[in-house]
Amino acid sequence: MSALGTNGWERPMSRAMRPDGQPAFLDDYVAAGGYEGLGRALRELEPAAVTQAVSDSVLRGRGGAGYATGRKWSTMPLGRDAPRPKYVVCNGDEMEPGSFKDRFLLERNPHLVLEGIILAGFAVEADAGYVFLRAQYDQPLACVERALAEAYEHGYLGSDILGSGFSFDIYLHQSVGRYMCGEASAMLNALESQRPNPRARPPHMTGAGLYARPTVVNNVETFAAVPSIVRNGADWWKSLSMTDEGGTKIYGVAGRVVRPGCVELPMGTSMRELIEVHAGGMQPGYELRAVSPGGASTAFVKAEDIDVAMDFESMEKALSRLGTGTLVLLDDKTCPVGMTLNLLQFFAQESCGWCTPCREGLQWSVSLLGDIEQGCGRPEDLDVLQEHVWLMGSDKTFCDLAPGAMQPLEAALRLFRDDFVQHIEEGRCPYAPGDGSDAPAEEAAARPEATA
Amino acid sequence: MSLSDDERREIEAALPHYPDRRAAAATAMRIVQRRRRWLSDEVLADLGEYLGMSVEELDSLATFANMLFRRPVGRHIVLVCDSFACWSLGYAELRAAIQTQLGVGLGETTSDGRFTLLPIVCLGACDRGPALIVDADLYGPVAPPAVGAILEAYA
Repeated sequence: MSALGTNGWERPMSRAMRPDGQPAFLDDYVAAGGYEGLGRALRELEPAAVTQAVSDSVLRGRGGAGYATGRKWSTMPLGRDAPRPKYVVCNGDEMEPGSFKDRFLLERNPHLVLEGIILAGFAVEADAGYVFLRAQYDQPLACVERALAEAYEHGYLGSDILGSGFSFDIYLHQSVGRYMCGEASAMLNALESQRPNPRARPPHMTGAGLYARPTVVNNVETFAAVPSIVRNGADWWKSLSMTDEGGTKIYGVAGRVVRPGCVELPMGTSMRELIEVHAGGMQPGYELRAVSPGGASTAFVKAEDIDVAMDFESMEKALSRLGTGTLVLLDDKTCPVGMTLNLLQFFAQESCGWCTPCREGLQWSVSLLGDIEQGCGRPEDLDVLQEHVWLMGSDKTFCDLAPGAMQPLEAALRLFRDDFVQHIEEGRCPYAPGDGSDAPAEEAAARPEATA
Repeated sequence: MSLSDDERREIEAALPHYPDRRAAAATAMRIVQRRRRWLSDEVLADLGEYLGMSVEELDSLATFANMLFRRPVGRHIVLVCDSFACWSLGYAELRAAIQTQLGVGLGETTSDGRFTLLPIVCLGACDRGPALIVDADLYGPVAPPAVGAILEAYA
């Protein structure tokens, strides 16, 4: 896939990116066809036609859940009688462990994300957009800030955009922290400066979202896909994919590989190609054991199964999920029990505590996994962990945090059974010493906000 | 201890981004913390009065948010990523090197008030793990022997 055509449209989301790794600001972006999609929409298309193009493109949300973007947009009330104001919110709270693609887009191609948000705003007749950035994303923040200033200066934002009569503002909001803010409805609470617990649904956000107004929330990469769909058409976007899920995807590889990083490739590129070709294969002395395919809340895929196509449907058939499409590799020198413990510690720490299964169950899972990793686990602990996978499965909790946590746990119990048993039988971690696992209670107590 | 003119000006400039003053509370707390490093009871009370909110309302957000500090912190914040990608790429060794360099554990501040060391979840830099952030600057991959030179730059 490294052989690119001469015009670069095979990688529409990377097309404007500079080879020197610096951010592409307005000159670079416009030179690469940037804002042509917006110009076309404002000149030639009705708002509903933009949503139709996105529906026809079969674009699915790139934040992890994969909801059909066009379907979401089409539930926004349109026309004169629709409640006002309406909002578009860009979820840039990238905090899912193992996800590092939104940073890549925001730092390298910020105008692309802005153009996607403006197009969404036009499509759903919104009045304003927010870019919600995570607390520690200071570099992405600086890139988006400058891009926003340029976009206002050149008439791509503000009142009467490009003389079309359409007016739209985008505001930047930086989070004060916590993973929970990345859950779309909790994000709306965070934007309102409320405590970011998730909201009950219904009402859906497109009916009553931010400040109880109709609101569309999408991930950074979802917005990044929109400009080229509007510019070049849905059929063109679909033709970029290797499968019938359209377009391209920002994939990433991290772990003991030769060239870790992000790359835009056709949707449905195989996991093997990502690892062996684009990431240059494993570093000498390391063998691949398993892959976390798309963030902490996706199930591990075994090394034998990496010929799977990285799209939504194929990944489900592989008993996992595409998630964010950024791979984190488990190598043969790293303890799978330790890695699972690390993942569960994350979820237990970030649980908002709103519902009982998540608040209590995740802590208990961490406690059991910690025992096993430290060599004092009992055989029956595995049954209790398996039971927790069921107890915190989907639809048993208020939001998807705990069910997400169960995906790597379920897969670990299924794929690394022998490792769990070996820990218990030998009363030690066979990968020790220095595997870096932590006592969660000690760390939680160490956080200043926890005791304030 | 009341809000400075400077703080009020910056908060006022942000208010038009939100439909009412209460919705600007998170941003206002960020603005104040950037100048004072942490949010004391007094400053929270002043902010509450200024925004038309009770201290308890502000605190319900401040105690939930991990990047709002309700206790004094050092001049520089060191965040070391402990999520699974960095964990598998040498987090334990990196954390140990930082702790040795600073002489403090996680959640602690050096006795000269220069650094506070905190754990952080995934920084979205898994391809650069093990990663850490000092103030607004991301570093990665960081080899443990490089820690001294990195921290040196922050007076």
